[in-house]
Amino acid sequence: MREFDFATADTVRTALALAGTGSAFLAGGTTLVDLMKLDVLGPAHVIDINGLPLTGVTVADDGLHIGALSRMSDLATDHKVTAAFPMVAQALLASASPQLRNMASIGGNLLQRTRCDYFRDVASACNKRVPGSGCPAQTGVNRTHAILGTSTSCAATHASDVAVAFVALGASVRLRSRSGQRTVLLDDFYQLPGTTPDVENVLRPGELITEVVLPPLSWVRTSSYLKVRDRQAYDFALSSVALAVHRKGDTIADARIAVGGVGTKPWRLPAVEAALQGNPATEATYQAAAKNAVIGAIPLSENGFKVTLVQRAIVRALVELVGA
Amino acid sequence: MATQEPSSGLSRRHFFGGAAVVSAGIAIGAPPATAAAAVPGDTTIPVTLTVNGTTRTLRLDPRVTLLDALRDRLDLTGSKKGCDRGQCGACTVHVNGRRVLSCLTLAASAQGKQITTVEGLATGDRLNAVQRAFVDHDGMQCGFCTSGQVMSAVALIREGHARTDDEVREWMSGNICRCGAYTNIVAAVQQARTGGEAI
Repeated sequence: MREFDFATADTVRTALALAGTGSAFLAGGTTLVDLMKLDVLGPAHVIDINGLPLTGVTVADDGLHIGALSRMSDLATDHKVTAAFPMVAQALLASASPQLRNMASIGGNLLQRTRCDYFRDVASACNKRVPGSGCPAQTGVNRTHAILGTSTSCAATHASDVAVAFVALGASVRLRSRSGQRTVLLDDFYQLPGTTPDVENVLRPGELITEVVLPPLSWVRTSSYLKVRDRQAYDFALSSVALAVHRKGDTIADARIAVGGVGTKPWRLPAVEAALQGNPATEATYQAAAKNAVIGAIPLSENGFKVTLVQRAIVRALVELVGA
Repeated sequence: MATQEPSSGLSRRHFFGGAAVVSAGIAIGAPPATAAAAVPGDTTIPVTLTVNGTTRTLRLDPRVTLLDALRDRLDLTGSKKGCDRGQCGACTVHVNGRRVLSCLTLAASAQGKQITTVEGLATGDRLNAVQRAFVDHDGMQCGFCTSGQVMSAVALIREGHARTDDEVREWMSGNICRCGAYTNIVAAVQQARTGGEAI
């Protein structure tokens, strides 16, 4: 691990004042410390923000406000989440391990690097780690890589589960810096790799996520998170589905859906939502709608199975949540 | 025939510790490595850790993880360094009552918090009920993952996540046992949970 200065901030103002070029905020550390040990990241200044008053969940007129330093395990069991946003709680409990969930913050979870094993291995080329060095995944080991939103520069997936649920719900993130505060839709916060996979989001140097806001939507009480993986615990998604459905009689009045494990960012599926709206709650509807999920998909040599898997996962999620 | 501890009462840990001292002593002529505080260029910082009820202040490089501070500076080698990447769970300790991975925790960020390691579970010579259950059910083979398994097991019983075998398997999933002692580990957890003793 490279040398760094360590500072602890007790207020947001102090944290922002300490931040600058080459600095990193330390929350749970489950991404940062891991990647620092691997020499993938080497901040010169580490600012411990665990003492900042950015924890807890509050209900307001514009929705549910989640403090960025809330831990995954706390959010997963908060009754305001489990009752009104079950897909969020389920996504959190399907993530990582109990120890990691006790450590990892919500803000840090959203900022975990979009990554693959080539990114983690400093002996490999990687356009994300060393811009311009190449992407071995294009022709190498790519079974777990993305099929949506990829480029010839990068095909790594964004591994967060809860971010998939947040994107499905139209969540926003509140960002603060020394120059002020702004709110960004999470779907817009994440960037596609294009020719600059080292840029994963619109966060500016020294900017801090202070909270996540979930807009109110009463029918999200009927929602779920389905995660398909190689082993049914402590593993990344091969395909996952965050789904909320508003059913009226035998018809699907409205739906929110996003998928994980297949995209270079959490992947909202407006075309699938549109294909469900106003149609009968039948498996035929679900199968027809799911085809829209993979429009534009570009499979690599080993991950073509995800084209089928993600459609089946969507159909299964719909059958389990809504019935057919 | 069972392997016995050396009759001198030396544990394996003391033996290796002594061996390290001897090999260091061979390097006569090397400049002595001193632990002088606050010399020019010293990048260490003071870190106060409360471990198993005892508070100590150490001078540490900010890069030192909680796991390395426990093992190398406080001689608490019960917490194991398995993968050192947050994947295996062998380093599991409790910080402010919650199970976390000490290999991904910077010691400096544990300042002022209550840390419990496997050495802090027993009361004198009386093992915690979870430790006893692991012995009763032979919940280990090589034993390298065991302290992490025990720390997770204690936490998941307190969390209320051990009501069924499936629940135990799911909530122990952050602790890998390469020997494959999982069946006996689940049995040990269930004995400890239903044994009527406070965990």
